[in-house]
Amino acid sequence: MAASVYVRRRAINVIALGLSAFATALGLVFLAWILWMTLKSGLAAITPRLFTKITAYGAEGGLANAIAGSLIMDLMALLICAPIGVLAGTFLAEYANRTKLGATIRFLNDILLSAPSIVLGLFVYVIVVLPMSNFTHGQVSFSGFAGAVALALIGLPVIVRTTDEMLQLVPGTLREATLSLGVPQWKMTVQVLMRAATSGIVTGVLLALARLAGETAPLLFTAFGNNFMTVHPMDKMASLPVAIYQYTNDPSPALHTIAWAGALLITLFVLVLSLLTRMLFSRHKVRYD
Amino acid sequence: MSSIPATDLASDAEQRSRIDARHDRWFRWLLMFCALLVLATLLGAALSTLWGGREVLFKDGFRFLTSDAWNPVTDDYGALAPIFGTLVTSLIALLLAVPVSFGIALFLTEIAPAWLRSPVATAIELLASIPSIIYGMWGLFVFVPFMASIEPALSDTLGKLPLVGKLFQGPPLGLGLLTAGIVLAVMILPFICSVMREVFQTVPVRLKESSYALGSTTWEVVWDIVLPYTRSAVIGGVFLGLGRALGETMAVTFVLGNAYSISSSLLMPGTSISSSIANEFNEAVGTHRSALIALGFLLFVVTFVVLLIARLMLRQLARREGN
Repeated sequence: MAASVYVRRRAINVIALGLSAFATALGLVFLAWILWMTLKSGLAAITPRLFTKITAYGAEGGLANAIAGSLIMDLMALLICAPIGVLAGTFLAEYANRTKLGATIRFLNDILLSAPSIVLGLFVYVIVVLPMSNFTHGQVSFSGFAGAVALALIGLPVIVRTTDEMLQLVPGTLREATLSLGVPQWKMTVQVLMRAATSGIVTGVLLALARLAGETAPLLFTAFGNNFMTVHPMDKMASLPVAIYQYTNDPSPALHTIAWAGALLITLFVLVLSLLTRMLFSRHKVRYD
Repeated sequence: MSSIPATDLASDAEQRSRIDARHDRWFRWLLMFCALLVLATLLGAALSTLWGGREVLFKDGFRFLTSDAWNPVTDDYGALAPIFGTLVTSLIALLLAVPVSFGIALFLTEIAPAWLRSPVATAIELLASIPSIIYGMWGLFVFVPFMASIEPALSDTLGKLPLVGKLFQGPPLGLGLLTAGIVLAVMILPFICSVMREVFQTVPVRLKESSYALGSTTWEVVWDIVLPYTRSAVIGGVFLGLGRALGETMAVTFVLGNAYSISSSLLMPGTSISSSIANEFNEAVGTHRSALIALGFLLFVVTFVVLLIARLMLRQLARREGN
């Protein structure tokens, strides 16, 4: 009797642990499956014309304008969200750490971190695209600038959170030592604390870049897309994710091939970026979910 | 130096500290302004979608939620089919992703040898950094044909069962609610898993070892000690995954089939809130566009509530830890 209970418990244990290992294998299989298909289909489609020709040529073209548009908008988005995010994170860590306002903002920032990106796209459509279109009588509507604003909203909470957590890791003795010299608080924050937390803050900015570079949904109705090369921020602007989206929706297999090449570029960029930041700054532990 | 009167020095210092105080105040205002922008973003997203969708939301009111019509020709819009699709795909995703995430977290915290933990954990987290458009492409070009090939077998086996059989009957299109749910499950799995893994590690070793000392198996320790100890955070992690699944756009848009129908079979195509917006927004005008923005408002409110619950649950554990 006792022996049979023991056997049963052992059996349950072995089955459960086996299933757990199986679950892990399943997760890894999906990762490998997705990466392998992207690599295989993408590599076959990487040609020089991908980087030299624009999407207007369709199947004979490349993705040059989409790549340029993505670079421009990602950079603009970082220029918008990095300063704001770093300053907001500094406020949370240094000025409002134990206040109600600070706790509320921190809490809502965590929600913004996983808010649906398509709604942020609609938000930017209503507050940037529509007013601009009304103001210029339809001359300017969708624009690279609007796309950058939408992407900035995706990156903002990542930077806020990282800056906040990184500044909190700076030892309090550093603050006390600086203040005891009679340094004003703002100078201490900018010249001592931020400098001490630089590597962590840079990590946050890079992770924000990795996050927003792959976003498609918020660009659909802000930057819209463009088949021609443009660098003007007030024009409709192409981007890699939106070009992939359009080509995938198209029935033509030739366009699918180009879409796979674009997918490979984006995946490589994002994965290398997130792996690099993880390796370079593995001592900083912050969660992004 | 000695010629400078002491009073001048004192007033110099006073003036200096006044200037410093002023700069401090400005700096503080600047920081606060930036921090308030985070609040403004959330509030703005809610208000702007409410404003953009006012035409439909206030004209149709409650009927917008309960009607299953979606007709751009007669300008008659109801959100029932997209809501149905969003909920069903998210539910499938949770049903699949929660046990698998739990298994992976268990493997990573209790079973795997130390050298294996970090690489496997990194690999699983990589799933989270793959852009959703890639999931969508992979879903459409690779996973849909795969599902189309196994769906006849599904219909023949699961479809014959009583009660649940209806869910698995239908043409083997490959596209549909089930496929979208599975792709979503793969997408949200790393988020749930990373929360579970992290909170499992917070369980005091003493507690686990006491249980081992009483003769528990690994499974019993996890099921009876670790899981009850971390219950609220685990639920928080699940809700976090749900929040992700509800709002996900690109991964489901390609594989859902974009059909405004409510069907009892999971193999049939459907639509979801986010994929309706993504598919139609740029061709929509007038009331149609307003209806889509109203859908966005619904989505935002629902995900906000879900994420709010998630964060509150996660905070409970942090508080017990004493941070």
